[in-house]
Amino acid sequence: MTRYILRRLIAMPFLVLGIVTLAFLLTTVTKGDPLAAIVSDRQMNDPEAVAAAKARWGLDRSLPERYVIYVRNLLTGDMGTSFITRRPVAQDVLFRLPATMELVIAAMLVGSTIGIALGVLAAYFRNTPTDHLARFFALIGSSVPVFWLGLALLYVFSVKLGILPGPGRLDPRAALPPRITGFMTIDTLLAGNVKLFIDAVWHLILPAFVLGWAVAGTISRLVRANMLEVLDREFILTARSKGAGEFRVVIRHALRNTLVPTLTVIGYSFAYLLTGAVLTETIFSWPGMGSYAVDAARGLDFPAIIGVTIVGGIVFLVTNLLTDVAYVIANPRVRLG
Amino acid sequence: MSALSFSSFRRVGWISLPLAVGIAIVLFWLVVTFLAPVMSSYDPIDMVGRRLQAPSWQHWLGTDALGRDVLSRTLHGARHSLPIAVIVVALSVAIGALLGAISGFIGGLGGAAIMRLVDVTLSFPPMLLAMAVAASLGPGLENAAIAMVIVWWPVYARLMRAQVLEVREREHVEAAIAAGASRPRVLLKHILPLCWTPVLISATMDLGQVILLAASLSFIGLGAAPPTPEWGSMISDGAAQFYSWWVALGPGLAILTIVLGFNFVGDGLHDYFDPKSK
Repeated sequence: MTRYILRRLIAMPFLVLGIVTLAFLLTTVTKGDPLAAIVSDRQMNDPEAVAAAKARWGLDRSLPERYVIYVRNLLTGDMGTSFITRRPVAQDVLFRLPATMELVIAAMLVGSTIGIALGVLAAYFRNTPTDHLARFFALIGSSVPVFWLGLALLYVFSVKLGILPGPGRLDPRAALPPRITGFMTIDTLLAGNVKLFIDAVWHLILPAFVLGWAVAGTISRLVRANMLEVLDREFILTARSKGAGEFRVVIRHALRNTLVPTLTVIGYSFAYLLTGAVLTETIFSWPGMGSYAVDAARGLDFPAIIGVTIVGGIVFLVTNLLTDVAYVIANPRVRLG
Repeated sequence: MSALSFSSFRRVGWISLPLAVGIAIVLFWLVVTFLAPVMSSYDPIDMVGRRLQAPSWQHWLGTDALGRDVLSRTLHGARHSLPIAVIVVALSVAIGALLGAISGFIGGLGGAAIMRLVDVTLSFPPMLLAMAVAASLGPGLENAAIAMVIVWWPVYARLMRAQVLEVREREHVEAAIAAGASRPRVLLKHILPLCWTPVLISATMDLGQVILLAASLSFIGLGAAPPTPEWGSMISDGAAQFYSWWVALGPGLAILTIVLGFNFVGDGLHDYFDPKSK
């Protein structure tokens, strides 16, 4: 087990280097002109700016030399300057990361709650209308475009019914709490403002549901399959014959035995959440990495796009590693080569 | 898992309801793809009525901000989304299956190099990588398609490699080698025919996912250019006209139903070829 974890840890830097290399290659294909990837169209007419950028990124050198410079700049945290915000990309991304994390964690909670509930229901009432309905609901979640679902739910719940707030993280009239963690729910609590905290949670509901529904489908499918297998085992029969109530049998005896694969799929669903967050944030005016990436892509802001891609790749890589390691620790029977 | 062959079609003489519904939905959209000009009463690009009209008998799904008929545009949207999805998945399967089979059967340094490239590509959240590639290549439907192939082929490479590694160990392969069959012959005649079922099932489900991804790219402005009636960019128009809910309704339902259809078909095929998993 230790050897497996060790090997995965050793592979990490190489994968990160691979991510960086691929990102570097992307900068070399932009419009056939690498300069276009670091200097905005407006600055192109300014010979001084062009010369400064060329020197900083070594554009007058050969490709391998440029690669070395690129990696060296990255190691010092320099991902270039955004054309749009005119701030260093690294600074922008770090500033926006907490908002995305808050949304993704909330969506993960919503998605796993719905997913596990649906999976358990479907398995317990297998091949009944409840089962079919639960599976259909789950399938819709993985088939609907999140950006359209977000629009539709905003229209219905915020505009028509008026029971949930509109886009954003807080009421636009509210004074922002001092930024400490960047997580709105935590910062409002740290500021001791309970009313604002409730407002922040209220604003999280719709985007977290939109994003969570998408992964609930995957989770419920896996929970259903595992529950079906476990419910047929002898120890369930034993529990029932000892007089345990049905709820206790399902939750304490059956569900507990499906926890390891369930936690694993929730860990892997992180990728879908990061992908979905890009579009959800755009719809809900959520100031996270996703909307930053979309603004960057729309404005052909290459340093920002590449920066977000690298950070997203690394975040993704680390979560998958943590999931795998947690799986091995939780399930010592698995001997992953 | 059994091989995809006609005998297995005949052996099981029924199909499940989800599979039937899925096939019906996909067939419906296929017909629309071919017959959109005949089925719609208006030109998808011309201004044919007052702007932002709510649904009525003249315009079943209303009109958009430029006075174009949303229903006609939605029907024409199939002519972009479906062919692109098919091309992207076909190319990804071709590239991925070829490289995966080479890596699984021949192995060695080349095989390892392929798999490391696969690992790195799959290390990115797919949407972010597709956005980065599409933006680097420049906006446009062709570039979006290239970006999606770059994101998607590693999935098939990994799947195909796992299949080949598994089938390679079977006894009939050993027998073929013992009988003196050449290596390409063993791969083509004895291994590959047994590897296709999971690849095809996964490709069917991915058609839906590629339609979603293509629409997402268009939604953020990296896919189809403005006048094109593409579902993602139509929803983007709808987002700009937030209070005219009908502008985004048609394309949204179109994407939802067709992706649902492909998911049903993929699920159904999965159960069909692997009844144990039910």
